[in-house]
Amino acid sequence: MSLPATTARHEYLDGAGRLRAERVRADFPILARQINGRPLTYLDSGASAQQPTQVLEAVSYYATHQHANVHRGVHTLSQLATSAFEGARESVRAYINARSTREIIFVRGTTEAINLVAASYGRGAVGPGDEVLISQLEHHANIVPWQLLCAERGARLIALPLTSEGQVDPEEFRRHLNARTRMVALAHVSNVLGTVLPVQELIGIAHQHGVPVLLDGAQAIAHEAIDVQALGCDFYAFSGHKMYAPTGIGVLYGREALLRAMPPWQTGGDMILTVSIAGSTWNELPYKFEAGTPNISGAIGMAAAFDYIRAVGRAAIAAHEHELAAHANELLQRIPGLKLIGTAPGKAAVISFTLAGVHPHDIGTILDHEGVAIRTGHHCAMPLMDYLGLPATARASFACYNTHADVEALERALQRVREVFG
Amino acid sequence: MELSDLYRQVILDHNKSPRNFGRLVPADAEADGYNPLCGDRLHVSLRLAEDRVPELRFDGSGCAISVASASLMSEAVAGHTRAEIESLSQQVIQMLTQTSFTPKRDLGKLMALAGVHEFPARVKCASLCWHTLLAALAQAHATVSTE
Repeated sequence: MSLPATTARHEYLDGAGRLRAERVRADFPILARQINGRPLTYLDSGASAQQPTQVLEAVSYYATHQHANVHRGVHTLSQLATSAFEGARESVRAYINARSTREIIFVRGTTEAINLVAASYGRGAVGPGDEVLISQLEHHANIVPWQLLCAERGARLIALPLTSEGQVDPEEFRRHLNARTRMVALAHVSNVLGTVLPVQELIGIAHQHGVPVLLDGAQAIAHEAIDVQALGCDFYAFSGHKMYAPTGIGVLYGREALLRAMPPWQTGGDMILTVSIAGSTWNELPYKFEAGTPNISGAIGMAAAFDYIRAVGRAAIAAHEHELAAHANELLQRIPGLKLIGTAPGKAAVISFTLAGVHPHDIGTILDHEGVAIRTGHHCAMPLMDYLGLPATARASFACYNTHADVEALERALQRVREVFG
Repeated sequence: MELSDLYRQVILDHNKSPRNFGRLVPADAEADGYNPLCGDRLHVSLRLAEDRVPELRFDGSGCAISVASASLMSEAVAGHTRAEIESLSQQVIQMLTQTSFTPKRDLGKLMALAGVHEFPARVKCASLCWHTLLAALAQAHATVSTE
């Protein structure tokens, strides 16, 4: 249970401090299964990452030993559940270095977090003629909530153009900020291109104009170092299932001063202090934004996933993933007609590509037949696809448990696609 | 379940060289089909003479299965009556979606689509054009969805 930190580190790292991916892989039971009679090569962690035994066991332990509703009963189980749930909140706070657990709101996922900010903060801050600034590479979850807000408030939604490498240029960003800009909402890492946006610089520029910034951290949380104070962002949203935790749990980080001033969004139990038919008063932060019984076991799973990332070593994971991406880039260049989409320097281990004469869905089916799971389609980023002039791409995304053998399996399967389609 | 059940030679051929690709302007009936899951877009236009469809064209972007299905469809329906086409469409859709399917009549080259059934994620790719055709027949302008 409490091995010295050094022992735990050595378990996952070799003498040179590099990740022992085979050891990591052994923690993920699903990776042992076969797909279509072939070993599973899972390269779709950008859509949803798999869960290690440590997370599955934490969730199971909670269900078999501690479950009851939180913040309600005086009985033992309710106290155990509350303490596990609030412990998870503290774990999240520590991982992203928020000042206080009052700034950590549990939600269903990134999508709900952004909807919360658009509905609660947005309605108060954005009025007729105002502007909300996003970029052309956003996921639908960071477009549609702002679109609806702008339509409701008579405001304009502006999308920043990208560089040819698929990056946001800070000078272009500066030019798009003006006296009417009320909100900036950007991806930390692009789910299609893998671009890591220069968020710290962009936040600095936005703040010079007095504009708050929300970061969609869905693709960053399991891979980048996240320090919300160092970043200086006003809101940060992410999902558990992209970071080896269960689905249905996510976090909205918000600066306390902003959250305090924001009205509640969803309402009901837990988020109130008093209710009478004449009116109600609101609970303190973060509960003001957590109406109804929360996803308690999901939060506990998320905390276990953060523990797992810490135990393996976030920096070692990132280095490993970049090595795999470099290997994949090299092997994929050998496939005739393959074109990489998104080439920004320092990009994350997300590789989008097209193959001349073959639709991404056919690539996906043939790869699946070879046991290789990738994502194909518009990746919930239709404005980016339009911008790139592509109906769809194929995307391989890497996580801590992927190995160089996975990269080789990807290449072999793509050669198979060429065989079928000529 | 073999890949060759899905990507039969006929399918690969029709994908590479789609028949009747394009748009009839003006058309007597047309419809747009859209598969939100994969982003396939398809436009079907046709001429009506009395109760027959002498010509049908399609265009759009999609995977090999959706392009080949539309191309095969454009050949199969030409010259047939509305009622025959509706019945054929239902037969094909049943073939794509039902586990034990025996065609009521010889579907000819369209039997190349029989293997799609084994690939549930791809059924909508193959059925999109047929739903779009039915929509075109049902009304002059319509957008159908497979979702």
